[in-house]
Amino acid sequence: MKRFFDAELEAFRSHLLQMGERAIDQTRLAMKALADADLALADKVIAADDELDRLEVQIDDEAIRYMTLRGPVASELRLIVVGMKASHDLERVGDEATGIARRSRKLAIEPRLELYADLPRMANIALEMLRDALDCFVQEDEQKALSVIRRDPEVDNLNRTVYRRLTSYMIEKPDTIARALELMFISKSLERIADHATNIAEEMVFLSKGQDIRHSDIGKQDVLPAITNPPV
Amino acid sequence: MRAISVAPAAPVDAAVRAIIEIDDIDFHYGPARALHDITLNIKERQVTAFIGPSGCGKSTLLRCLNRMNDLIDGARVTAGQIRIDGVNIYDPRVDAIELRKRVGMVFQKSNPFPKSIYDNITYGLRIQGEKNKGRLDEVVERSLRGAALWDEVKDRLHESALGMSGGQQQRLCIARAIAVEPEIILMDEPCSALDPIATAKVEELIHELKKQFTIVIVTHNMQQAARCSDRTAFFYLGKLIEFADTRTIFMNPANPQTEAYVSGRFG
Repeated sequence: MKRFFDAELEAFRSHLLQMGERAIDQTRLAMKALADADLALADKVIAADDELDRLEVQIDDEAIRYMTLRGPVASELRLIVVGMKASHDLERVGDEATGIARRSRKLAIEPRLELYADLPRMANIALEMLRDALDCFVQEDEQKALSVIRRDPEVDNLNRTVYRRLTSYMIEKPDTIARALELMFISKSLERIADHATNIAEEMVFLSKGQDIRHSDIGKQDVLPAITNPPV
Repeated sequence: MRAISVAPAAPVDAAVRAIIEIDDIDFHYGPARALHDITLNIKERQVTAFIGPSGCGKSTLLRCLNRMNDLIDGARVTAGQIRIDGVNIYDPRVDAIELRKRVGMVFQKSNPFPKSIYDNITYGLRIQGEKNKGRLDEVVERSLRGAALWDEVKDRLHESALGMSGGQQQRLCIARAIAVEPEIILMDEPCSALDPIATAKVEELIHELKKQFTIVIVTHNMQQAARCSDRTAFFYLGKLIEFADTRTIFMNPANPQTEAYVSGRFG
């Protein structure tokens, strides 16, 4: 039976996806600003962060309104709770993208360090993870969510590699320290974006299965253990 | 990406016209004072919910709005005014029967007449003198469609209304109320005898009806007030404790008594 407030739930879902698209775009453009030393593009990314902040506030407002007035239960309640958490993660992705854009501005006016290669790769993986995590929001596909979670260590390893390489480079060439540090922070930002994608994926498992897999090894397994509600 | 816009919340600002103005009303049942200095406005084409524990005066106030209390011995408005479209409805020149045509009512327990579905809907019009069969047919279809009942009963209009389910009977009473084209519909606990599915249908109907009518609903079901209404008034011991838009009442009420009631800690 269709209810008069179903449209509110659809709008909520749609705004979250819209926020996800923007967060992905922001990160992609920040990385492009870095690669092309494009100051104008970096400025554009920094300015656009306000829109993500606004969406986060709007999503919270819609969620609170829905919980207050519509009394959601079961999967609807999970959708609202997960949506609120995911929007906070996406807002943080936007902050990381802004950080990358700011650092790319500083790097754009300095001689280029040829150590960027691993960063675009990290960005690609992190953004793919984010994209897949958001797809789960539409498809409620927990297998896809688990595959996102399993990819996170790859980004963590790349971050460590970048860290090691940049550390040796700074020891060899102390005049590059300022620039190398910027790259190190960018690497850390990408690693954080992958963490946010992982959080969202975990939330999506909760959405589709009602199973909380945070802070456990369950996410690393190929198949979720069957859950049974406790006996009464 | 497809942008879906949320239907904007009903405007609760001053721009919406107040169709009913309740101005400093006192009400007594014999010596017992049931309402104390109640002042509030009901806005046109909005749903206003009255909530509060039993005996708080919410039904009494509702029944004041179409002078249903006139029918109870010793019950009277002892101070203040209630104006509908600016006219004091307790003015001796106001005909209570005419008033009740403009302000229809749906009760807690569905009360169809022991007649056919068709006759239930046309009863009000017939006593007003309407005899034209074509016109009556048209009103029956329009009212039943308006009450989301047409598809369920169109093939048995001449069967007894008492053979319908409880939820259908209640929607029939709503259809009967809208048949005489009132401006305002008062609902006194319209879903308290219904199961959740029938309740959901009536709530859906309330949402549709407010496009055309002003609705005042008394309910004990707070989730119902939250889901259905634009503005909510909380009463306690005959006093209006708080009146605000529904979201405020359920999310951030100003009065601690309202908070305690809506969160189920008293009442």
